[in-house]
Amino acid sequence: MPAVSKGDGMRGLAVFISDIRNCKSKEAEIKRINKELANIRSKFKGDKALDGYSKKKYVCKLLFIFLLGHDIDFGHMEAVNLLSSNKYTEKQIGYLFISVLVNSNSDLISLINNALKNDLSSRNPTFMNLALHCIANVGSREMAEAFAAEVPRILVAGDTMDSVKQSAALCLLRLNRTSPDLVLMGEWTARVVHLLNDQHLGVVTAATSLITTLAQKSPEDFKTSVSLAVARLSRIVSSASTDLQDYTYYFVAAPWLSVKLLRLLQCYPPPEDGAIRGRLTECLETILNKAQEPPKSKKVQHSNAKNAVLFEAISLIIHHDSEPTLLVRACNQLGQFLQHRETNLRYLALESMCTLASSEFSHEAVKTHIETVINALKSERDVSVRQRAVDLLYAMCDRSNAKQIVAEMLSYLETADYSIREEIVLKVAILAEKYAVDYTWYVDTILNLIRFAGDYVSDEVWYRVIQIVINRDEVQGYAAKTVFEALQAPACHENLVKVGGYILGEFGNLIAGDSRSSPLIQFDLLHSKFHLCSVPTRALLLSAYIKFINLFPEVKGTIQEVLRSDSQLRNADVELQQRAVEYLRLSCIASTDILATVLEEMPPFPERESSILAKLKRKKGPGNLHPDLDENRKERSANGGTADHSSTTSNAKSSPLSFVGDLLAPASTAPPTNRPRPVSSSYLLQAPLTPMPPQASAVPVLLSTGPLFQVAASPTPSTDLLGLGSTITTQNSAPPASKGTSLLVDVFSENIAAFPVETPVAVGPVADENFSSFLPNTPQVAYANATLPTAEEPEDKFVCKNNGVLYENQLLQIGLKSEFRQNLGRMYVFFGNKTSTQFMNFAASVVCQDTLQAQLNVHAKPADPTVDGGAQLQQILNIECVSDFVDAPVLNIQFRYGGTLQSIAVKLPITLNKFFQPTEMTSQDFFQRWKQLGAPQQEVQKIFKAKHSMDTEVTKAKIMGFGAALLDGVDPNPSNFVGAGVIHTKTTQVGCLLRLEPNTQAQMYRLTLRTSRDTVSQRLCDLLSEQF
Amino acid sequence: MRFLLLFSRQGKLRLQKWFTPIPEREKKKITRDMTTMVLARKPRSCNFLHWKDLKIVYKRYASLYFCCGLDAEENELLALEMLHRYVELLDKYFGNVCELDIIFNFEKAYFILDEFLLGGEVQETSKLVVARSVEASDMLQETERLMEIILLFPLFFSCYHGGIHEQACILTLGEMDLHTHQKDSGQYRSGGLTTVQNDGVVSCRMRVCF
Repeated sequence: MPAVSKGDGMRGLAVFISDIRNCKSKEAEIKRINKELANIRSKFKGDKALDGYSKKKYVCKLLFIFLLGHDIDFGHMEAVNLLSSNKYTEKQIGYLFISVLVNSNSDLISLINNALKNDLSSRNPTFMNLALHCIANVGSREMAEAFAAEVPRILVAGDTMDSVKQSAALCLLRLNRTSPDLVLMGEWTARVVHLLNDQHLGVVTAATSLITTLAQKSPEDFKTSVSLAVARLSRIVSSASTDLQDYTYYFVAAPWLSVKLLRLLQCYPPPEDGAIRGRLTECLETILNKAQEPPKSKKVQHSNAKNAVLFEAISLIIHHDSEPTLLVRACNQLGQFLQHRETNLRYLALESMCTLASSEFSHEAVKTHIETVINALKSERDVSVRQRAVDLLYAMCDRSNAKQIVAEMLSYLETADYSIREEIVLKVAILAEKYAVDYTWYVDTILNLIRFAGDYVSDEVWYRVIQIVINRDEVQGYAAKTVFEALQAPACHENLVKVGGYILGEFGNLIAGDSRSSPLIQFDLLHSKFHLCSVPTRALLLSAYIKFINLFPEVKGTIQEVLRSDSQLRNADVELQQRAVEYLRLSCIASTDILATVLEEMPPFPERESSILAKLKRKKGPGNLHPDLDENRKERSANGGTADHSSTTSNAKSSPLSFVGDLLAPASTAPPTNRPRPVSSSYLLQAPLTPMPPQASAVPVLLSTGPLFQVAASPTPSTDLLGLGSTITTQNSAPPASKGTSLLVDVFSENIAAFPVETPVAVGPVADENFSSFLPNTPQVAYANATLPTAEEPEDKFVCKNNGVLYENQLLQIGLKSEFRQNLGRMYVFFGNKTSTQFMNFAASVVCQDTLQAQLNVHAKPADPTVDGGAQLQQILNIECVSDFVDAPVLNIQFRYGGTLQSIAVKLPITLNKFFQPTEMTSQDFFQRWKQLGAPQQEVQKIFKAKHSMDTEVTKAKIMGFGAALLDGVDPNPSNFVGAGVIHTKTTQVGCLLRLEPNTQAQMYRLTLRTSRDTVSQRLCDLLSEQF
Repeated sequence: MRFLLLFSRQGKLRLQKWFTPIPEREKKKITRDMTTMVLARKPRSCNFLHWKDLKIVYKRYASLYFCCGLDAEENELLALEMLHRYVELLDKYFGNVCELDIIFNFEKAYFILDEFLLGGEVQETSKLVVARSVEASDMLQETERLMEIILLFPLFFSCYHGGIHEQACILTLGEMDLHTHQKDSGQYRSGGLTTVQNDGVVSCRMRVCF
């Protein structure tokens, strides 16, 4: 039968398509299309009623034009008209147009729904199928609302044709994916599960897909499907290849259905019933056995289908992770595939092994393939296969093979494809750190990374190497020596200059005893790179120079000369100029004592999660980092490490990345020095070369406004948190914190006038009370009552904002200002004495009750015991969130007023959402994550009545105040709000997605929260729902 | 499955099917990424790729690339066979299908796909069943068309074709229909076979192995 006899022969359409294809240029094509559009428009607008055929033809032309990539803004109505035609072909074209084009145009939806309804109730299976296909293709919320109840009825009705059942099942699946809340299976559940027993394999295939999706949502409801699925699978697996007739695909029995059944079983743990479990194990063994049989056909389709089932079976085995023999067999099978001549199989084997590597039972078995994988890395011709090999090496790495794997990855890096270099760099950096027993190896590895692929070394990587060198005395001398040698190369990467500048600035003294690396040589070496570097690096080098002045007084003259040169002092870049000016003055004015104090060695960084790991996670998305997720499991099976190291990793894992709360503790031990570092006689001032986080009440001004060394450079988000900035410019002195906390002292106040740049300069935190005597009496921090709202609202009002009045009575007003970053926070509590009498024995303490104790650390700095009449006392609370929590800590205040003891207890508004870090993401990412968080316990939904007017802007502000990033254009419905963020606690980070759907007519909201932790979902939902 | 794209070696999109709601602009971006990425692959590379958080499976049949995007947990090999089964179905319908069949009968290609895949999942894996239902709907439209011709243009036919020989044609209107069809499609077939069109399509048959 010649092909051309098919179809309904729209001659005009064929001519039009030919015309388009004959167009010689894009312009000609557009011209031809515009002509056609004008023609169609006039036909549609014309007085003469069009017959069905013409309408169909024109609609089809419009569709063709749209599919060519042009916009179509008319014809929808005509397409909808075609739906009610009783001619099949016209109806069919109408539906096609609608399913391709209509999702954006919703004003026709009720007409379309009407037509769909008619066809669904027509009892003509062909028409019903068309309607179901259309619903599945469009899958909009409106359609879900209209048909979510009807489709299940069609699916389970006894008299429905098989083909309609199949369409209905998949249509329902699609509706469930887009609007899971509307698809309520309820009474149908049992009958849908029963479809697994259907005679017709096509129906079973479609039903299995549906059940898998539904079971992911509510596993309990569909639990009975497990035994049916196992039974069905076992029948297929044991059937002869011809039994299933047309469902046998190239001698493989029902591969699609087998894979779907295996997929369904992956929604559940291994079956508890011994008989079912045995039967399933038997199936899996049969599938593994079949892989060893000779192929029944030489066709690639045969082996693909067979192996598709095999890989799915292996996924199930890995998912169950309970049968060591099966796991090892799976691993051996994959090992065979690693050397298969089919590239596809090698690729998939590498991919599956990655997941297998995280299983305790098979980790060792995976490791035996290391040589093959390394070989794949070197010899595979296809970059995507090589990338899988890198992933697998990363996954199988543990202490026993880390050196080998890191060396191989490094050597591969030199020739690696540009597209995957950055990822390899991150992986190498992580492995090198994680499995470093000997930190000289770590330093070498990272320097090699910079050497081989400097452009791909992100800031996180070199920040991290510096953090580690600073924190580990034993490696500092080696690091200084190595960077010094590395810098000798005539052309070295800027990242190397950064690391070199920082390390020599800190630890140059450790190698200065050697005449080959004398101070002057070190300085000259660094300075020879200066002019080739970008501004941030130059700024860093300037800081290294001032550190040199402290370390090596003999080069002071040379360095001052450099700083004094016009190219520095008059540099067009403000940051460089300011640094040069300030450093020059500092070096001229300050005594060696003060210099030694101000330029003291950097104190160790708090142990924290590697920022590199965070970056890799961001890059790869969740789910691709099994080795990290399963770190603990792997550690158990790996051959144990030094106690020192495991504590490092666990620390690093448990404390999330944070800069704000770093308390810069003084260095505990002095490093073994080749040459002693100048030490200040008093040892009182400890000013690191980084901007201090607001240690006490605030940081008025530092040596420089910008970060000097970027390693710890995360300037606090609120330098003038209390409006202190303005106080200083007029007062030129630091405001007091309460006594006993470290004060900020303007050491050089008498020299201010000498400074060419009008910035108040140089302060360091002081731990010594003596200094406070230098201070003039400073004014109280202004407490702007006017800007603060009244305290009438309940404490819920602090959920979305950080400042305000917490409590007020006739005597006392308590105001709050707080800031949060990651899992840390600081709260400034202001106690305002409203009377004219002094409060005596004033004491305020914070109590975390019961479970909260373990979840939240609140440390209150001691405050002054008296509050003068009309005066204000400030107390600082440092807060750390250890894990998610519900209760609020209580602030207990006691004081004596006019002889009577007053005591007040107030709940502090520290709520879980304060530890929110907003996350921006694209619509695609959002929905991907949303889906990943699909487990029923991860979602919490609440429908509630609006308490306030439903103003869009206010709502937006509230969601942002809540801490989530407000994502525009993610939700197809613009009136909905969608947000995303990460809750940081010390132990974990919890990704949160939220969606708020207002219904202005009903004055209701629906709030949906999905997070990776059920308690967090619940708590956030409770908190946020009170806000609207 | 998230989407299925068919494009030519020149990167011209021949068919697109999206199984999840995606804004138009995003669709264009994905299409662009897919064509550049897949077309840049060397022959005999593996058929799988990672792209963002999706798995991409593609295969080339003659001048056409079939490319689909899968969720992380889906089975790549089976998706590859899904593409193959779709090609087989097209082949069965068009009889030795080529790119031009899909260009000129794009609506048919969509209908066949709807019978086979729905909502990104396989609906019917049996070639016989799908072919039968596509054929059934074709029968439906052929009879419709015949009825239409007989009812509306009986005079036209007898006048135009006049003569005994043509009378026979009226008796077998089915063939009549067939005749006009061949004329239609003759245009593209001759163009496709002899010359390279502006977008470079050569009417070369897809190699389908049975």
